[in-house]
Amino acid sequence: MTSELVKLTAAAMADALTAREVSARELTQAHLDRTAAVDGAVHSYLHVDAEGALAAADVVDAARAQGRDLHRLAGVPIAVKDVMATAGLPTTCGSRILEGWVPPYDATLVSRIKAAGMPILGKTNMDEFAMGSSTEHSAYGPSHNPWDLERIPGGSGGGSSSVIASFQAPLAIGTDTGGSIRQPAAVTGTCGTKPTYGGVSRYGLVALASSLDQAGPCARTVLDTALLHEVIAGHDPLDSTSIDAPVPACVTAAQRADVRGMRIGIVRELTGEGFQAGVQQRFDEAVAHLVDAGAEVVEVSCASFTYALAAYYLILPSEASSNLAKFDAMRYGLRVWPEGLEDASAEQVMAATRDAGFGDEVKRRIILGTYALSSGYYDAYYGSAQKARRLIADDFAKAFQSADVLVSPTAPTTAFQLGDKLDDPMAMYLNDIATIPANLAGVPGMSLPSGLAPEDGLPTGFQILAPAMADERLYAVGSALEARLTAAWGGQLLDRAPALPTSEVAR
Amino acid sequence: MPDLTRDDVAHLAMLARIDLSDAELDKMVGELAVILESVATVQQAPIGNVEPMSHPMPLVNVTRPDVVRPSLSPQQALAGAPEVDEQRFSVPRILDED
Amino acid sequence: MSTTTSTDAILGWDETLAAYEPVMGLEVHVELGTATKMFCGCPTTFGADPNTQVCPVCLGLPGALPVVNEKGVESAIRIGLALNCEIAPWCRFARKNYFYPDMPKNFQTSQYDEPIAFGGHLDVELEDGTVYRVEIERAHMEEDTGKSLHVGGATGRIHGATHSLVDYNRAGIPLIEIVTKPMFGAGERAPEIARAYVATLRDLLRALDVSDVKMEQGSMRCDVNVSLRPKGTEKLGTRTETKNVNSLRSVERAVRYEMQRHAAVLASGGSIVQETRHWHEDTGLTTAGRIKSDAEDYRYFPEPDLVPVAPTEEAVEALRASLPEPPAQRRKRLQAAYGFSDLEMRDAINAGLLDLIEETVAAGASASAARKWWSGEIARRANGEGVDVPTYAAQLAVTPAQVAELEGLVTSGRLNDAMARQVWEGVLAGEGSPTQVADARGLQLVRDSGALEAAVDAVIAANPDVAQKIREGKVQAVGALIGQVMREMRGQGDAAAAREVIMARLGS
Ligand SMILES: [Mg+2]
Ligand SMILES: [Zn+2]
Repeated sequence: MTSELVKLTAAAMADALTAREVSARELTQAHLDRTAAVDGAVHSYLHVDAEGALAAADVVDAARAQGRDLHRLAGVPIAVKDVMATAGLPTTCGSRILEGWVPPYDATLVSRIKAAGMPILGKTNMDEFAMGSSTEHSAYGPSHNPWDLERIPGGSGGGSSSVIASFQAPLAIGTDTGGSIRQPAAVTGTCGTKPTYGGVSRYGLVALASSLDQAGPCARTVLDTALLHEVIAGHDPLDSTSIDAPVPACVTAAQRADVRGMRIGIVRELTGEGFQAGVQQRFDEAVAHLVDAGAEVVEVSCASFTYALAAYYLILPSEASSNLAKFDAMRYGLRVWPEGLEDASAEQVMAATRDAGFGDEVKRRIILGTYALSSGYYDAYYGSAQKARRLIADDFAKAFQSADVLVSPTAPTTAFQLGDKLDDPMAMYLNDIATIPANLAGVPGMSLPSGLAPEDGLPTGFQILAPAMADERLYAVGSALEARLTAAWGGQLLDRAPALPTSEVAR
Repeated sequence: MPDLTRDDVAHLAMLARIDLSDAELDKMVGELAVILESVATVQQAPIGNVEPMSHPMPLVNVTRPDVVRPSLSPQQALAGAPEVDEQRFSVPRILDED
Repeated sequence: MSTTTSTDAILGWDETLAAYEPVMGLEVHVELGTATKMFCGCPTTFGADPNTQVCPVCLGLPGALPVVNEKGVESAIRIGLALNCEIAPWCRFARKNYFYPDMPKNFQTSQYDEPIAFGGHLDVELEDGTVYRVEIERAHMEEDTGKSLHVGGATGRIHGATHSLVDYNRAGIPLIEIVTKPMFGAGERAPEIARAYVATLRDLLRALDVSDVKMEQGSMRCDVNVSLRPKGTEKLGTRTETKNVNSLRSVERAVRYEMQRHAAVLASGGSIVQETRHWHEDTGLTTAGRIKSDAEDYRYFPEPDLVPVAPTEEAVEALRASLPEPPAQRRKRLQAAYGFSDLEMRDAINAGLLDLIEETVAAGASASAARKWWSGEIARRANGEGVDVPTYAAQLAVTPAQVAELEGLVTSGRLNDAMARQVWEGVLAGEGSPTQVADARGLQLVRDSGALEAAVDAVIAANPDVAQKIREGKVQAVGALIGQVMREMRGQGDAAAAREVIMARLGS
């Protein structure tokens, strides 16, 4: 029973809860058991909150017993990326410098999850401060891809992608600054959306790059993703960049799954050269499915996307260098005294702590950002990057005149081996080539599975991009494609994932 | 494009308050050179008369009314502090006041 | 504060002026009197227990985000308009990046190259009536830092301290920084002009009701930039920035001291180091602080967590319409209208009586009567309590309307001055309005001629000698009779009327 329960979709779990075929406590416990069995191998979690999750489940069960009106997802458990502030639960962002820090407040989206009655199972692993594409930059060790434990689960949200792909949670929260929801989804055969910038509150999201960061839903199906999207989206007066407009009708669009008459734009710059053959092949097949479903295909060109990676790797480190200045050993987190300096000054303690508490990638980006903003270099680096950013946004605007959505492979390759790109920062950065433009322009994007690459049998991702505030289009297209693909596969892609080694569950 | 020297990186590390070891400095000079060469290509984009874009959404005038909201309790505020004294954050000696 | 000794030489004032011309610039930080901080809803109450007015935003906790206080922006615009500035139709906040333990995010959210107000001026009137125009470079919005308590060194100073204790209640309180353009041509009057500028600015901000401008509590803080150049030369000298000069008198002294210190350095062939200086109120000296060097690189960039501020023309015009009359202009107008002498006017202003007098006049009293009450009887009582008149009036809920009502009872002839003072006692004792007190105490000048004439006749009959003297033309003797008439009438008689009746009876 337990192993079947955790394999349900979130929507099916919600239905089972509503029909009282299962209690929230049973459902939550089933997931905790699964974690006890498989997370030793996958390492999705940095922190599991069994007690808190079960208590939240009990509240839902009691409310349901009293016949109270509940949110559709009440009782469906969820995992939250460790970059979101959770009152009473450790929040480390995958960094030593925040080891043991327990925020005194909840991120807005965490409050919304709690208000919906969704038990929070725990906090998921991530590249330190969301800097990376593999979770290998987590100070607490990497997560592993359930399809092949020697491979990366993507990053920075590899904890959230692997937690779903290994059935430890039906839903998870990710954050996407340059692809950290979509690329992990692609390499684990799961689904994830980066909403329109400002669509989901950033209050409580520990900032990497403020003008790029966006939290979003991770799930195994398009409908589940839409359901979670609607839980967390909506205006928040605590975030000045939050959009004050109705939440896009993602669930309705996912249920209709209708692409008839839609113009699907293939971005010339995001296909072909540089993309693994199997990735390209599954992409082309997916496009054919959409045509078959009644969509029209157009080719668009976004010439300035050529500069996206460069602009991104200037804007991100610049903002990050400032955002991460607060980690200074004065008010919270790690404090390290420089060796042999009994009467060290605050400055020396700051510098020693930041050296000991930050990993190499974080230090590299802080130094790069400090350089890009420094007097004399600002115009050449940060200033130029912001101008290129405008060109990229303009290219999107132009492309969306001839296409309702744009599509591309999500990532250029399937999951690579752990350790493969660890010593080559540029190679690691290239992983985000197809996802970064959406963050620069603020438009929404989704990744869903398009199949397994014939050459290595690993999942490939299909990316859909829509105009700002038209997030529902992602779900219309994604759902239509998913229906045809699952029909062709005869079930979910994840059904084909190998069984994980399990540890004995002690109960 | 001026090459970033080891001294430059040491200066940046000082600005960023990161006490990099000599070995870290040496390693980073090389890595930054590679990254910088790549990101510098942004200058080749046709950006002549382009307005810089700092925000993805063109919002303006987002404010809140001047109304008090509950603060944290001092216990909550100080809970994560490495050291506390007299309901204040205790920090190492400060070199100079500004 | 400890006594600071300094080995810095200074040149005599006259020698300084003979050889050098000062160029001055002033930066004033004003804490706004908003209910909440600039970017969060924490209260701004002065003197609260440490770390009781903090939240995730102003503590810089990971994940927290700022939201702009709308009243802070309005106050900034009103200040800009009052300083004759242009208001930017579009501007942004920027991050000023530097590490300091009392600054929770290790960047200050401030404005950089896009201030909300710029290009204004403030006319400053000196003691002798000369007007000096101070050009205003800009006024911009930013946030305050926390406060550090230095422990383990001598008497709380930073030098020699072993550690510091930080209270972040002040962190995030809205500040407006007002920066002048370099002030040229001030010459020997530079110290006086600096003081007069700060005083005029303080009055203006008080009139705008945007800040309590208490220099002693730090809600108005002044940084003084001074440089010297040899007389007759163009090139600007190296400047020093003396921080936190926090009284009008200190502003004047600090400018003077720095001019003399610079002069001594330059005269001996040395050169000025560009640095911040610390002002020591007790000794009247400055000491060297941080050296401004190339190492200082604030890496400003537009604050990505906030969106631009773009006040509409209508909003700006509505705020302009809400501006009070400039204090200097108002004083001139009131002095002319009230016919006060310069001395009377200055005394009234210094005692903080101008608002009270204006309101009393508005309530119907004459200007001279209003001034007389507030600077006389009420001031006497306030002095007795050891407080100033506005404080006294506020404490006892004494209103200009009451003063005007009382004065009305005098001018209508119901009360004489002595009776009015009795009524005032009653008002202060909480017995009611002046009319109610007069009624309750039965205070009323007797104007009934029958009673007055009877009293006069009785007094004349009782003092035939005095009456005779008056008949013979010794008019000054009438005072003795009036006094007796008043006594006869138990103080309720009208002395002037009594005089008339006596003179009529005695036929002179
Ligand atoms: Mg400032
Ligand atoms: Zn606050």
